[in-house]
Amino acid sequence: MKKFIPWILVVVFAAWVLSTLRQPPETGFHTRDFGRLPVLLNGRVQPLDSVARNTLLQIRQRQSAGDLSATAWLMETMMNPDAANRRNIFRIDNLELLNLLQLPESQKYYSFNQIQPHLDDISKQAERINSTDDANRTVFERQLLKLDNALEIDQRLKLSLCPPGTTDFTGQLAAYQQAIPDGVAAAQAREAGKKYDQVAFNRLLDFLSSYNDLSKFAYPLMVPPAPDAKSRADWQNIGQNLMSVVHGNDLSAAVKDYAAMATAYNRNQPAAFNQAVEEYRNWLNEWFAPEARHGAQEYFFNEFEPFYKAIIIYVTAFLLAVIALLTFALAPKLSETLRRSAFGLVVLGGIIHTFGLVFRMWLEGRPPVTNLYSSAIFIGWGCVVLGIILERVFAVGLGSAVASFAGFVTLVIAHNLSMDGDTMEMLRAVLDTNFWLATHVVVVTLGYASTFMAGLLGVTYVLLGLFTPLLKYKSGNMELGKVLAKMTYGIVCFAALFSFTGTVLGGIWADQSWGRFWGWDPKENGALLIVLWNAAILHARWGGLIRERGLMNMVIFGNIVTSWSWFGVNMLGIGLHSYGFMAAAFWWLLAFVLSQVALILLGMLPTGMWKSFRTPSRPAGA
Amino acid sequence: MLLERLIKFFTSLRLTVVLLVLSLVLVFAGTLAEVHLGLYKAQTEFFRSFFIYWHPAQAAWKIPVFPGGYLLGAALLLNLIAAHASRFKLTRDKIGLWIIHAGLILLILGQLATDMFASESQMHLREGQMKNYSEADRMDELAISDITDKKLETVVAISQRLLAQKGDIHNDQLPFVVRVKEFYANSVLTTNAAPDSARVNADSGFGAGLWWKPVPRETAMDRRDMPSALVEIVTPQGSLGTWLVSDWLEQPQTFSAGGRTWQLQLRPERFYLPFSLRLLQFHHDVYEGTDIPKNFSSQLLLNRPDTGERRQVLIYMNNPLRYDGRTFYQASFDTDNQGTILQVVKNPGWLTPYLACILIATGMVVQFLSHLVPFLRRRMT
Repeated sequence: MKKFIPWILVVVFAAWVLSTLRQPPETGFHTRDFGRLPVLLNGRVQPLDSVARNTLLQIRQRQSAGDLSATAWLMETMMNPDAANRRNIFRIDNLELLNLLQLPESQKYYSFNQIQPHLDDISKQAERINSTDDANRTVFERQLLKLDNALEIDQRLKLSLCPPGTTDFTGQLAAYQQAIPDGVAAAQAREAGKKYDQVAFNRLLDFLSSYNDLSKFAYPLMVPPAPDAKSRADWQNIGQNLMSVVHGNDLSAAVKDYAAMATAYNRNQPAAFNQAVEEYRNWLNEWFAPEARHGAQEYFFNEFEPFYKAIIIYVTAFLLAVIALLTFALAPKLSETLRRSAFGLVVLGGIIHTFGLVFRMWLEGRPPVTNLYSSAIFIGWGCVVLGIILERVFAVGLGSAVASFAGFVTLVIAHNLSMDGDTMEMLRAVLDTNFWLATHVVVVTLGYASTFMAGLLGVTYVLLGLFTPLLKYKSGNMELGKVLAKMTYGIVCFAALFSFTGTVLGGIWADQSWGRFWGWDPKENGALLIVLWNAAILHARWGGLIRERGLMNMVIFGNIVTSWSWFGVNMLGIGLHSYGFMAAAFWWLLAFVLSQVALILLGMLPTGMWKSFRTPSRPAGA
Repeated sequence: MLLERLIKFFTSLRLTVVLLVLSLVLVFAGTLAEVHLGLYKAQTEFFRSFFIYWHPAQAAWKIPVFPGGYLLGAALLLNLIAAHASRFKLTRDKIGLWIIHAGLILLILGQLATDMFASESQMHLREGQMKNYSEADRMDELAISDITDKKLETVVAISQRLLAQKGDIHNDQLPFVVRVKEFYANSVLTTNAAPDSARVNADSGFGAGLWWKPVPRETAMDRRDMPSALVEIVTPQGSLGTWLVSDWLEQPQTFSAGGRTWQLQLRPERFYLPFSLRLLQFHHDVYEGTDIPKNFSSQLLLNRPDTGERRQVLIYMNNPLRYDGRTFYQASFDTDNQGTILQVVKNPGWLTPYLACILIATGMVVQFLSHLVPFLRRRMT
């Protein structure tokens, strides 16, 4: 029976993951079909669902609006702004900001209607703050800018599909098209200084002024280019398309269908709404099949949430692996079952993690690392793969524990990095090269991953050694402490290889782009630090200057070096690689560095204080 | 005895580790210094130096407090070569190590060569404009041109280094002496009196009536100094007048001496090329519906009179033009999108990192395989 427990566990988790793929058919409004529709935003085609989720992440720090799904919220915001204005979706935590807006502290989320009386205040403050230096802003000022940005996006969404307050957009479009011939004739007559039809002129002008707002402020570009247009990237927003009708252009099928959706939505007629979505999808499939497919694929990815699922599996695996380690001597058989269960789950988590990583690459048409967010995903992936290899070679549970911990932490970091919005943003000119992203960036990120992995093994060694007798326990014919040291040494070798090769490749990229192999850019220096430190560890060990504990303390310091290079240099706000100042992340980095220093100090305590070194060596289970 | 101890010291792994750790500290401190000193100054002080000095504010003396990049690089090189000379035997299991270290030596020497022999300059072209020279980022020259003959212009260029020393400058081709009375490496000119500024003591040319003051030199990579100088032209018959020359003044100033017409201009130092480039078109592409730049590219016409070569070339991000021992990179552009700035780099050692990279990667793979394979084999059995 015990033999099968690991398998059963893995199958249960796999079944849970797969079960989320099957969704019950929707009754009422077909929100999911709407969420799959492609639009252009941030320079790339994406489904409306991504627009909704990324917007909500920025204004509410969640991917849903309470009981509403992201897409349902977007539908309401775009088609019935009055209702959306009553919904509590703006997250405000800062007390000074709440004071300024005279809002109660008891809420976490606030509605647009609550904030509206203070819009002027907010934009005035934001204007002042925007003229100051980014690095010197207070928490209040940053939060205010964030709110200002959230309000702007929210407002723009309300001006993306139809003029606010419109309940019968289809009817309005018909009236508009009818008003055009007389209105244009009146305008031409007026231009020529002749007598003109004032009523017809004003009627057209009213339409145009409200559509002008749409054309100026709309957020996503929702209208695909005309089927015979030169560039497939030439998307328009609905306002632009409406305005161009006056000049004799055709009203796009997209606008007609979206108008039908908005009308049905406001009349609460799900069947009509679903039919309009269906008609638009058919039109897209005829003329914009790749874009429609892309929308559906990215929608699937959003819904599936592979990284969230991997997090849950990693946490479970980590707990099992830790219990397996702690029961190593007390109950060897139980420990072995747990260890195998943990390993099975790490592999399952790894498969889902890999699936997410590859799916993202496929969606983007890019190598795995394109920004800070994806670097976190990839570092986690690298650690998990290394951990799985370690566990295969030394079957003692340490590899699983470290892999699941690293996978979990990096994915949580990635989640926090995704708060800024679109994680599949387009790449700035210099970075727009798949060759160097695939070589330099991948290799150097693997260097980060393996340096962190070595550091984690070091932390494991110190914690186990100080607080448990485990390091002296034997697995097979080798003490656990020795096993850890072997693992760590091997990983440091890999880290040296990857970080060095990656750094030199980066230099060659720089030579290709700027004509200099090395320019002492902060990010380059960061990578060099990792190379130097790994080289120092290896030479110190070869020279016999350090032994087991020295090695462990040095690799823990490697964590500090790597975190500096990964995040720290971005906070300097200079050089080609800087991604802007990240104030909140700074405190996390500092806390991490201090924790590592504490671990190194612990690691330097005399061996007499280490629980592992007070007990004589003995075999497992004795 | 002493020699033995010296050899032991220079070949020891302990020295290697110490040097690596010192380098780590240096790179970290240098990175932090880049924030307030600027990339250029921090590089000069931390990495392209033998020592890093410390001095109290406003003091004239300074003391070395930490080894600089040159010293650490040289020490690492010495340590490496000494260790190989005395300790290492060329055995089978050490081949990887030899290759790695050979690559490292090549890399360090190559970077030293780059540091000593490479030169960087810039070429700013507006659409339709043609140039057969590039300009230095941080050095000016005083150009004195004989423009009497409309067809042939002869130029005598006096470098900034000479100007900075002030005093009289003689040249066989000039029928007069150039007397540099004042030189500011970076300056501000104003038409009215400003705080700390003084009236320019010029009696000829554009400078009369202007005010100027020296300002601290720029330390950031992307900003340049604006030098100014006060020069007097003295013929055997006496002084012709005193002129203000400055980077701020875009037009040359004309005067007559020795029966010929001359022009006077302080301008970025020029490096002439045996060919010319004309900017046909500059493109700044953005992603649809955003301001995110997608690509910058310059369409140029290359024209080389001595070989009759004449062709169009396209320079864009990550795709420079390598020609005649120089490399032209897309570096920047004018805000109106109608001009381009190309970085022109002449670096005879540019290939060394490529070779070093191949050597070191090969060495590492050989070394790790030679350990990993037996290890895995042991585990299998």
